[in-house]
Amino acid sequence: MTRFTLLAVGAFAFVAACGGKKPAETPAPEPTPTMAPAAPAPAPAPAPAPAPNDDAAAAARMAAERTRALTADLTAMINFDFDRSDIMPGDKANLDRKAAILAANPATKIQVTGNADERGSAEYNLALGNRRALAAEQYLVGKGIDGGRIETASYGSERPVAQGQNEAAWAQNRNDQFTLTAGGANLVSPQ
Amino acid sequence: MRRALALLVALAGNAAPAAAQDSVPQPGGVRLTLRYDPGNRPSLVIVPGAGLDSVRAILKRDLDFSDRFETIVQPDGAAAGPAGPLNYALYRNFGAAFALELSQVGAQTTIRLHDVGGGKVLNTVEVRFADAGDAALRMQVHRASDDVVRWVTGTPGVATTRIAFVSGGRIMLMDFDGAAITALTPAGETALSPAWSPTGDRIAYTRLGEGRGPVLIRRLAGGAPQQVPGTESALNITPMFSPDGQFLAYAQAGEQGTNIQVANVSDMCCVQRLTAGRFADNLSPTYAPDGQRIAFVSTRAGPPQIYVMEANGTNAELLVPFDYGVTGSSNGPEWSPDGVSLAFHREVAGGPQIFVLDVAGRRLKQLSSSGRNEDPTWAPDGRHIAFVSDRTGQRQVWVIDIETGRVRAITTGGQARLPAWSRRLP
Repeated sequence: MTRFTLLAVGAFAFVAACGGKKPAETPAPEPTPTMAPAAPAPAPAPAPAPAPNDDAAAAARMAAERTRALTADLTAMINFDFDRSDIMPGDKANLDRKAAILAANPATKIQVTGNADERGSAEYNLALGNRRALAAEQYLVGKGIDGGRIETASYGSERPVAQGQNEAAWAQNRNDQFTLTAGGANLVSPQ
Repeated sequence: MRRALALLVALAGNAAPAAAQDSVPQPGGVRLTLRYDPGNRPSLVIVPGAGLDSVRAILKRDLDFSDRFETIVQPDGAAAGPAGPLNYALYRNFGAAFALELSQVGAQTTIRLHDVGGGKVLNTVEVRFADAGDAALRMQVHRASDDVVRWVTGTPGVATTRIAFVSGGRIMLMDFDGAAITALTPAGETALSPAWSPTGDRIAYTRLGEGRGPVLIRRLAGGAPQQVPGTESALNITPMFSPDGQFLAYAQAGEQGTNIQVANVSDMCCVQRLTAGRFADNLSPTYAPDGQRIAFVSTRAGPPQIYVMEANGTNAELLVPFDYGVTGSSNGPEWSPDGVSLAFHREVAGGPQIFVLDVAGRRLKQLSSSGRNEDPTWAPDGRHIAFVSDRTGQRQVWVIDIETGRVRAITTGGQARLPAWSRRLP
């Protein structure tokens, strides 16, 4: 009997807690977009901001931090074996993460730019870079992302990220680079 | 010496220039060299004289770079009289087969080629040379040099040509000897893969932007570049003019992979796609000189190798033999001006080397082995090939004479790559 009472009280308390939080949570995201631009605006008042703005500023900071982290995931390079354009097993998690972020942010568009190391023919490397960009695009499309949101391009071996004529530099230069071209202002995390 | 004498006999006995062909092995083991022997370089001396120093200097290098002569320097104090007839006995003692004499009267320069052994003038040309320092002078001297080569061999030299190449992201132009370098495209752009129009008045190239870019055609005379039809989107690479100059074949790298297209560049219209392959790259088209066939690079069987198809894109087949999984990648094909050969580069033991394919017999000859050597381009004489080599450190343009094996660097500063050799210029 005592046990039942405790459980009932506990259940009530849980429901009450949830019900109590909800109204408080809903308005929180709303000020974020309006307050965020207000923060960098010229504020001649040297005094610290009044208390109500602290929460909004913190939310804006969190949103910015989240967008920064998601953008970093979305634009993380993948690499390739010499003269190959197939996605390496170790890069699949990277691309899966990109697919999830793209799915959670339908307004985003990306450009995939394929690159090659300086070995091999400069002209062939342009085609190889294109094939590497297409490989990432195909992988993401295979994960349900609309191909119309993904542009492909290639620099061949014209824009190396690492200088040097050694395998360490070459390995870095065989890559796909990803850039956000639209919808990247305020990203939400995938579920 | 016997060869030189035989050559002189041939020249004396036949007013028509001897054809360039190898000496003919005879059944009895006797070699008859009664014709011009491309592997043998008869000696030639440029007779010293007053004035015309820069003309003589350019001419001497031109004739050396023709690889048809052993150019010899006349010892000091052995000068013949400036106005008198040539002292043939003196030049015979030097071992000179030919002597080139320049004499100036007013603005007129007379160039005489002497057959030293026969003791007579073989040929003469008169030129009004521009002043030293005038941009027109070098090409005038080059033309005289080509005449001298034609007088002896029946085929003009290739001094009246220019070579386009890429350095610092710009298309540069230089004389065949590496001098008179000028920029064709502006700084701040990334230009690639220059290709000459057959008439030598235009150059097609790729302008690489944000991972994409059109093929543009620029007139050497100046003016804004024209965009080739079909290259408005995606990345368009490796242009090559058809031999009649009417069409431009190029490769488009985009969502459909890399495929070869051809556009009519006389009327700037009418794009036609020649290859189709979502999962294979097709690039670097090069026309046979009759315009009927196109050799190109394809990854249809794995690593890039060289194929050939009809100019309309049908009947594609392998052109350069390779062993699947064994032979390294092959790239950068260019058909020789006579259609007999195809030059390209192939990965051998970790680096690219220049090869020439005998198209009819499908036999391969490796031309280079020192350093990395790539992107060959033919001179109009079909015996010189310019290519890129890093054998002395940085990538530079080098030239090899296939007949003699003589090799020389013709650029020395910065980085140079993707050379394209013009036809003979008017």
